[in-house]
Amino acid sequence: MRAEAMAIYRKVARKVTSDVTRAPARVSRTARRAAVGRPGPEPAAAAADAGLIPRLIRALAPPLVTLSVVLLAWSFVSTHLAPDIPGPEATFDRAKEVLAHPFYVYGPNDMGIGWQVLYSLGRVLGGFALAVLVGIPVGFLVGMSRGMRRALGPLIQILKPVSPLAWLPIGLLLFKAVDPSAVFVIFITSIWPIILNTAAGVQEIPRDYMNVARVLNLSPGEVAVKILLPAARPHILTGMRLSLGIAWMVIVAAEMLTGGIGIGFYVWDEWNNLNVASIIVAILLIGVVGIALEAAMNWAQRRFDYK
Amino acid sequence: MAHHLSIEDVGITFSTPAGPFVALRDVRLGIEKGEFVSIIGHSGCGKTTILNIVAGLNRATIGGVVLENREVNAPGPDRAVVFQNHSLLPWLTVYENVAIAVDKVFAATKSRQERHDWVSHNLKLVQMDHAMDKRPGEISGGMKQRVGIARALAMEPKVLLLDEPFGALDAITRAHLQDSLMEIHGALGNTVIMITHDVDEAVLLSDRIVMMTNGPAATIGEVMDVRLARPRNRLDLADDAEYNHYRAEVLRFLHERQRNPRAA
Repeated sequence: MRAEAMAIYRKVARKVTSDVTRAPARVSRTARRAAVGRPGPEPAAAAADAGLIPRLIRALAPPLVTLSVVLLAWSFVSTHLAPDIPGPEATFDRAKEVLAHPFYVYGPNDMGIGWQVLYSLGRVLGGFALAVLVGIPVGFLVGMSRGMRRALGPLIQILKPVSPLAWLPIGLLLFKAVDPSAVFVIFITSIWPIILNTAAGVQEIPRDYMNVARVLNLSPGEVAVKILLPAARPHILTGMRLSLGIAWMVIVAAEMLTGGIGIGFYVWDEWNNLNVASIIVAILLIGVVGIALEAAMNWAQRRFDYK
Repeated sequence: MAHHLSIEDVGITFSTPAGPFVALRDVRLGIEKGEFVSIIGHSGCGKTTILNIVAGLNRATIGGVVLENREVNAPGPDRAVVFQNHSLLPWLTVYENVAIAVDKVFAATKSRQERHDWVSHNLKLVQMDHAMDKRPGEISGGMKQRVGIARALAMEPKVLLLDEPFGALDAITRAHLQDSLMEIHGALGNTVIMITHDVDEAVLLSDRIVMMTNGPAATIGEVMDVRLARPRNRLDLADDAEYNHYRAEVLRFLHERQRNPRAA
């Protein structure tokens, strides 16, 4: 096992050093071109700040170092501390198997990991969409009216910290089927950032904007659409972003208990079959999808945020 | 003959946790059509409150405001306001900021093309037509205030209300905007009430200067006519004896007769 770990470390170290050692050769070529006609300084030194390669190294080296540390620690743990946890090599092999045919369908309960992820995403987006549709108007009401704040405030504070797993039995009793319960759990746990951020956005709208609306005699509907909604948009987008992150986290937990098709259920199923390597692959996949969702929200924020 | 705009025995009392606070009392002022009136006084003497009452943003506790023989106690585009903090909506472009006002006020009376032309016309009046597609975040403070003025003018108000419009700007920008405002007033002949701290600005721009006493329970101390011929040029007036006399009168009122109690 130690030999395996050392082999991995050597592979990674070779890659990192080869990046570094490859650089001077290219650098000196550019330096040579640049140094034509000038009293030549050291080629490597002259091009030290120029060039794509040094910048790439600066960007990639730290995370690569972290990666090697993680791989080393992982190897160590799986070799010496918890032999039931597979090491990086075994996991990599399992990943190749799982990702080779991500969309197979052998039966209603046996599908490729691609389908599992898509089903989970479907539930997340369903719950998230409901949270947005309900959360934004409620957030507006809470932000605009002190009476609503007093009426709804305590309820929001009580329900906000409740774990999704505690909502699951309620959902199953209400809806009696897996998919609606999961969507309900997503909805009830991810709606709070939207409500609170929207309310904060509405409350922070400067008085002057409202005075402009009053001088123009805008109707309440016009005020809501033309002034409140755009003014609160940055806060609303922040709330949506937090909500989506929570929703993706919650679905994995919820699906472990509900069964069916989904990445959470996949993790639980593989655990029951003691395929720990699959679990680790699933963890990485969950992370990658999380990054993709973040990237989508980033794009939305840049597109719609005027600040 | 009734005044164009009349502030009749206006008083306002705010209820605060510490008890009722009389901000203004017995404010009486008549303003004719086309007049440019400045209101000047120490900080906290209720100048903005008077403007808010005329604008309808605050309600007087006693008395009221009459415009063209009709009482006004609610806000409306007939008394357009230029706020001290421009209050442009940051998610709209310069054009859209003026258009939101024009589209609301002239929804029924002007066609879409007419409204577009009217927006462009008003932006040209304040020399902001070149920046129509910029957002407020991309233009300077002086430019933002110009757009604020364009927006107010575009409503074709019966009275234009300006609340220390140039207070947040540097002296040079202020001078440019004062000249622009004088030009516009000369061209359109609109009725203007402006709140200012700046004595020179008041004397240069106004037909009459209303000097407020100190708060609380502030009221009008003195009203002074400024009989300088128009159009007025600041450089010519710098050496003018009459201009300096008016200036001295206002300063005397502010610093001798109504000395700021905190400075005493």
